[in-house]
Amino acid sequence: MSELIRTCPRSGLVFHKTAETLIKVNAVTAVVFLAVGGLLGLLVVLTRWPAVHLLQADTFYQVLTAHGIILLLVWIIFFEIAILYFCSSTLLRSRLATPRLAWLAYALMLGGAAVTAVAILQGGSSVMMTSYVPMPAAPHFYLGLILFAVGALIGCFIFLGTLVVAKNERTYQGSIPLVTFGALTACIIAIFTIASGAIILIPTYLWSIGYISHIDPLMYRIIWWALGHSSQQINVSAHVAVWYAIAAIVFGARPMSERVSRTAFLLYILFLQLASAHHILVDPGVGTEWKIFNTSYAMYLAVLASMIHGLTIPGAIEVAQREKGLNNGLFEWLRKAPWGNPVFSGMFISLIGFGFLGGISGVVMGTEQINLIIHNTIYVPGHFHETVAVGTTLAFMALTYFLVPVLFRRELILPKLAQWQPYLFGIGTALMGLFMMGAGTMGVSRRHWDMAFTGAPFSFEYGGAAYMMMGLTGIFGLISVIGGISFIVVIVGSLLFGKRVEEKSEYTTARAPQLPMAPSGPSHANIGSAGFVAPGTFVLALVFLATFVVYYFLNWMYLSSVWPMN
Amino acid sequence: MSALMPPSQRVWSDQPVDRVEGTWIAIALVWCLFMFVMMPYWHVFGKQNYGGEAYRTTPAAYSAKVEAMVEAHTVRKETAQDIPVVRPPAGSDVYLAARLWSWYPALELVKGETYRLHISSLDWQHGFSLQPLNVNAQIVPGYEMVLTITPDSSGEFSIVCNEYCGLLHHTMLGKIYVVDR
Repeated sequence: MSELIRTCPRSGLVFHKTAETLIKVNAVTAVVFLAVGGLLGLLVVLTRWPAVHLLQADTFYQVLTAHGIILLLVWIIFFEIAILYFCSSTLLRSRLATPRLAWLAYALMLGGAAVTAVAILQGGSSVMMTSYVPMPAAPHFYLGLILFAVGALIGCFIFLGTLVVAKNERTYQGSIPLVTFGALTACIIAIFTIASGAIILIPTYLWSIGYISHIDPLMYRIIWWALGHSSQQINVSAHVAVWYAIAAIVFGARPMSERVSRTAFLLYILFLQLASAHHILVDPGVGTEWKIFNTSYAMYLAVLASMIHGLTIPGAIEVAQREKGLNNGLFEWLRKAPWGNPVFSGMFISLIGFGFLGGISGVVMGTEQINLIIHNTIYVPGHFHETVAVGTTLAFMALTYFLVPVLFRRELILPKLAQWQPYLFGIGTALMGLFMMGAGTMGVSRRHWDMAFTGAPFSFEYGGAAYMMMGLTGIFGLISVIGGISFIVVIVGSLLFGKRVEEKSEYTTARAPQLPMAPSGPSHANIGSAGFVAPGTFVLALVFLATFVVYYFLNWMYLSSVWPMN
Repeated sequence: MSALMPPSQRVWSDQPVDRVEGTWIAIALVWCLFMFVMMPYWHVFGKQNYGGEAYRTTPAAYSAKVEAMVEAHTVRKETAQDIPVVRPPAGSDVYLAARLWSWYPALELVKGETYRLHISSLDWQHGFSLQPLNVNAQIVPGYEMVLTITPDSSGEFSIVCNEYCGLLHHTMLGKIYVVDR
């Protein structure tokens, strides 16, 4: 064991050099793809904004296909591979298993992404991220996705291998930390996801080169969504783990109860993938019982898990703040939180946006009958911009602010811009998504070039309110893009031109000391009120529940007003 | 930093549950079960359900049914493309085809009557989106979906395609007229 390691003087984290390089390379690649995908998003925004309507139809569909694939798959999965290596090697103070294979994984992912990107650029594969058969794409469109998935799968097994190495070499005592446990959840869901992807994309590739004559389009949808939606569940597990990590980093917060938080992650493994069925609610040929069981994630047990994390994370922050003396009233702990620190503000906006906007809208539109008034409207991308852009992407941005000095050993440039960035991106994207959902409620379609239907045999005009919603989507989409560009400027600028961190952190070949178990926490007898250690969080949770209940019934009311059908 | 460290108790599942957490889990679980029950409840007592009625078909077989209905019940033709407007008898089976890039034919229904609306695609996947009512369904080739509908408002309704189906996707617009009895 002569691996080079260093200890970060600021965070106490121990980096193994081979793993450190891989984390950096995967994270930087991710950010480059975020920049490209974000600019494509700008073009989408400027086309769907009726007053601007920038691109021609063919270019629009091409750009929209690339925007979806680059951001939903490439940016996020590269960053998640970095997180998996960080949560195994760095958090457990272990060497990374099979670093050479990790480079192979990286090459496959990058190569695969490039092959699919070329296919889209060539113009014959504007089939959207979902590539529903029998609409054909070029064979290398599917091939690139398969290569990318194989690379990601190797990354997952390296994470699992590193857990085994750490256990065998006794680099830590007791159980793995909660954040690593969350990453393990993401990894297990990722393996299921990628297996589903292989089951559907390999035959589709063979179909595209003529070896298979027919792929049943309904079967395609069911299996494809076990890839398409489950990959978003990797994100949920990963960004919840990041929330826990940031609560610990910024506040020294301890999980309120390891048992509750870990059980909630287990519920994700057992039930979260069932969400794939949400996409099939108004499809022919699938039974009602199947829809109800699966779309409720087996009676909403995965929703329960998210509601638990949504309480325990701010709850842990509240307890930590109250122990520091911010024990007055319900919300002193929150008012006096470090709102100017982008690591915290990014994480907290991500949590609130994901819960209030992404979470509630997801459950509502995933209700079997309510889906009738939402399926394939622009409500759907409105919802997933709340979950994936505000939830996952902003959480990863917040973590990146922490990693720049710790991992890359550079100080942030433009600290004022960094301070504002989570607000610009978080609030801009959240409101963009909200107005998309508003437009969707008025029937505006997703993936549609022209809401005025120019050239159609008949005519139809959406109401003025729908146009206003799409205009507001455009305005807040622009603010979101400005927030995204600010992030890229701060991060890329800091990596290139940031001042080097002053504290020395030399590499040595000495073995890192074993990671000790967390000390037992103090009793919480003297904080909180009414026997509740986190009364403020509890009140916030009740506000959340009230919003949820009201919005849920509003949608049933709306549904009951349309034509009776059976 | 304890979320980044092994838990202080070796067996994490022995840790007690905090009171805030316990109360919230109980409330959240009740709400989750309530939402679960709402779906079967609405199937029994609600009026807007898609019960899942569907049949396997082929583009040729489905096209034949559509043509037979158009032959029998066309009342007029509209637009420069002479799209037939079909007025099927109340209570009958109505066949609507989705294809690149049109909904065929246009329909004229009577308010308050019930129809068995069959929809299938003759080529790629399409999306049935009835506006301004905003009722949506996925249309998959090879599958014939049956929605039993009772229009309870009259006027002009448009069928937007809301599943991306290629370059002229945005021109795929159909009509359903609902007239008073």
